[in-house]
Amino acid sequence: MKGTEDLLRELAPQVLTALVRHHGDFDACEDAVQEALLAAAVQWPDEGVPDNPKGWLITVASRRRIELWRSDSARRRREETVAALAPAAPEAVPATDDTVTLLLLCCHPSLTTASQIALTLRAVGGLTTAEIARALLVPETTVAQRISRAKARIKADGAEFRMPPPAQLPERVAAVLHVLYLIFNEGYTASSGPVLHRVELSGEAIRLTRQLHTLLPEDGEVAGLLALMLLTDARRPARTRSDGALVPLNEQDRTRWDRTAIAEGTALVTRALATTPIGPYQLQAAIAALHDEAARAEDTDWRQILGLYELLETMAPGPMVTLNRIVAYAMVHGPRAGLERLAAAESAPALADNHRVHAVRAHLLDLAGDHAAARPHYERAARLTLSIPEQRYLHSRATAQP
Amino acid sequence: MKFLIMIYHNPESRAIWAEMSPEDQNLGLDAYEALDAALTESGELIASERLAFPETARRVSVRDGKTISTDGPFAEVKEQLAGFYLVDCEDIERATEIAGQIPEAFLGMIEVRPVMGLRGPEM
Repeated sequence: MKGTEDLLRELAPQVLTALVRHHGDFDACEDAVQEALLAAAVQWPDEGVPDNPKGWLITVASRRRIELWRSDSARRRREETVAALAPAAPEAVPATDDTVTLLLLCCHPSLTTASQIALTLRAVGGLTTAEIARALLVPETTVAQRISRAKARIKADGAEFRMPPPAQLPERVAAVLHVLYLIFNEGYTASSGPVLHRVELSGEAIRLTRQLHTLLPEDGEVAGLLALMLLTDARRPARTRSDGALVPLNEQDRTRWDRTAIAEGTALVTRALATTPIGPYQLQAAIAALHDEAARAEDTDWRQILGLYELLETMAPGPMVTLNRIVAYAMVHGPRAGLERLAAAESAPALADNHRVHAVRAHLLDLAGDHAAARPHYERAARLTLSIPEQRYLHSRATAQP
Repeated sequence: MKFLIMIYHNPESRAIWAEMSPEDQNLGLDAYEALDAALTESGELIASERLAFPETARRVSVRDGKTISTDGPFAEVKEQLAGFYLVDCEDIERATEIAGQIPEAFLGMIEVRPVMGLRGPEM
């Protein structure tokens, strides 16, 4: 059964791109492919996988598309439907590029982030609306609405299923990477309880990013993002205790880290840094690799990590980068020096009363041996966080005996 | 991010509503309908409900394994929850914008609260 699901997800974007390339109307083709996938998910486990599964899906989806068109046509003006039925002009583009084109369309800049995520998971990831809804913890109707709105917007905007001009490509690929990064983070939950039956979104994000890396092997940021995901996901087994409590990096059992993922991620980022223009995902991956390479927390090369955060802050500044850079600074120059930096940084509006500022201050005070001073900051951070596992962790630090 | 947008009523706000002309009341109800439709269309709405009056409420407690309930209202609570929107939107700025479209907003009786999540940060 698992085999059928994996096969369907792999074929989903191929079938969709074949249909769109032939017929042109993305909206109807996407619905038709979704229904063909559902039909296959029901039939194949009982009747066996057909000899040519991709051909089977294309045939069923094409038939379904015509049925959808017939039931819909009464509501449309004749000219519109005629236009929609006309096959798209064939283009001399290698078939392997189609999945990239599809990703670019699903992450089109005219769509909201929530719509980009839902459409990418369905059209490229081959997930059903119900699976996406369960994974995102929202009702199915909400996801369905996001997808239909996204497709309506694509149509209204005249966005086409074709590669953008080369000048626009870096920006468009960056939008795809952002969506894949959000999907990864969405799945990187700490709790082990209520999420057991969720589709594994981190794994899905890694699969899609890996696919994109295969298609764009020379793009350093695609490689960087894949490396970052692998190097982060490698720590998952050690990241939570059996009761769901978070384990901070310096207390994790490093023998439980996934060495295969670390080796792959490290190789990817090393090659990207050496051969492509440097970018924020590569820098974050390089930082993750330095953490993963340390056999013990005290072996961490904080000096290099600090250098990378300084570089990252110039390339992609943001409040979280600033805070991480301050933590690295404290690990190199001592907690008191870090606290001074923190006091200087927290006047920025984005950091005002941010729970992470309180958490970092508490952590640095703890490192400086002043647990009594740290406690109220842990408590304040715990009151401001929106994360249940993080709140548990901060409460436990506040009450911990030094 | 998910947010719960809570609409509160108190005796004064209920009096203001009661004194409105039927036309003005209809305008208020139309505004709700339009907001519901817009949030459904944008894919941001998870649930929205109007609650029955506090007089219909029950307070529930369990003692010695037995469930005991007493009928409302809770006279000591001046402001009562009258309805809510559960939305999943971009950020708290967008949630605030949604809250501002609720008719009761002019009475200043709307509260926006983030919903806690299971996603934990890397530490």
